[in-house]
Amino acid sequence: MFVSRITVTLRKSILDPQGKAVEHGIHSLGYEAVEDVRIGKFIELSVDAPSRKEAEQVTRDVCQKLLANPVMEDYSFEVEELKQA
Amino acid sequence: MMEKVKFGIVVFPGSNCDHDAEYVAGTIMQQEARPIWHKDSSLGDVDVVILPGGFSYGDYLRCGAIARFSPIMKEVVSFAKRGGLVLGICNGFQILTEVGLLPGVLLRNSSLRFVCKYVNIQVVNNETSFTSACRSGEVLEIPVAHGDGNYFADEGTLRRLVDDNRVVFKYCTPEGEVTEGANPNGAQLNIAGIVNESGNVLGMMPHPERASDPTLHHTDGRKIFESVIQSFTGIERTMESISMQRR
Repeated sequence: MFVSRITVTLRKSILDPQGKAVEHGIHSLGYEAVEDVRIGKFIELSVDAPSRKEAEQVTRDVCQKLLANPVMEDYSFEVEELKQA
Repeated sequence: MMEKVKFGIVVFPGSNCDHDAEYVAGTIMQQEARPIWHKDSSLGDVDVVILPGGFSYGDYLRCGAIARFSPIMKEVVSFAKRGGLVLGICNGFQILTEVGLLPGVLLRNSSLRFVCKYVNIQVVNNETSFTSACRSGEVLEIPVAHGDGNYFADEGTLRRLVDDNRVVFKYCTPEGEVTEGANPNGAQLNIAGIVNESGNVLGMMPHPERASDPTLHHTDGRKIFESVIQSFTGIERTMESISMQRR
């Protein structure tokens, strides 16, 4: 069994108004060092695949077909193998 | 007697403008209108498909992202590919972009607020089946109600849309000026509605079905329905004149 942890964010070229609003909030707190806040989604999948490679392929497929819209979003993921107790 | 145009309105879980669209097409415009459940595998005998506004599947993941997997959507896509008229309103527009019948995407409003108000839109292209009853450049007053109506497409796509005259509506002032101030959601080029390449699929954010009943004092939305109906009755008239000539 594998766990895929997927991050979906708006593409860099697209203005992220939610990120901008949060950035203002952070600055109001006095943390001027923080710049460029981007907000995205975190998605976790359990994947029952025979190998890491196949788990990665399944994850990539569902990202491309459903979880991210390539017109506006980028995705990245990591796959971790769960050790049976 | 002229045969009635048959409107099919797809109902997804979370649709909330389906009854309004059915009421306007059926009761106000005096045509045939019936709901089509999203799990149906056939559209039946319809001339026009409406994807209504609302929050299909709670807008989970992204607006329209899940609705496009509804069984009926396969039929809607093949209906559109055969040249059938498909009108996507608001959430319906979002579904049309997700299913790939229209390019681009509707992003979160730049204000981050849900916008619910009357807006003015300019008819940029009145040579479509959805706008033929309007004058070119005519300004329509139709309400919007959406949180994600900020039309976005990459530069190449935008250029093609403009060059091919596929931008049908633009947000404008009551005088018809396309200005930033008249843009309720940050949409690129003030785009409020576009058609596909062959012109038989329209996606628009404003709600024509909410501005069609005279009781509500706004009837500009009727022109969209009238255009659609004329695109059928017009053909019938042509057929009649052909048969007259033969005699």
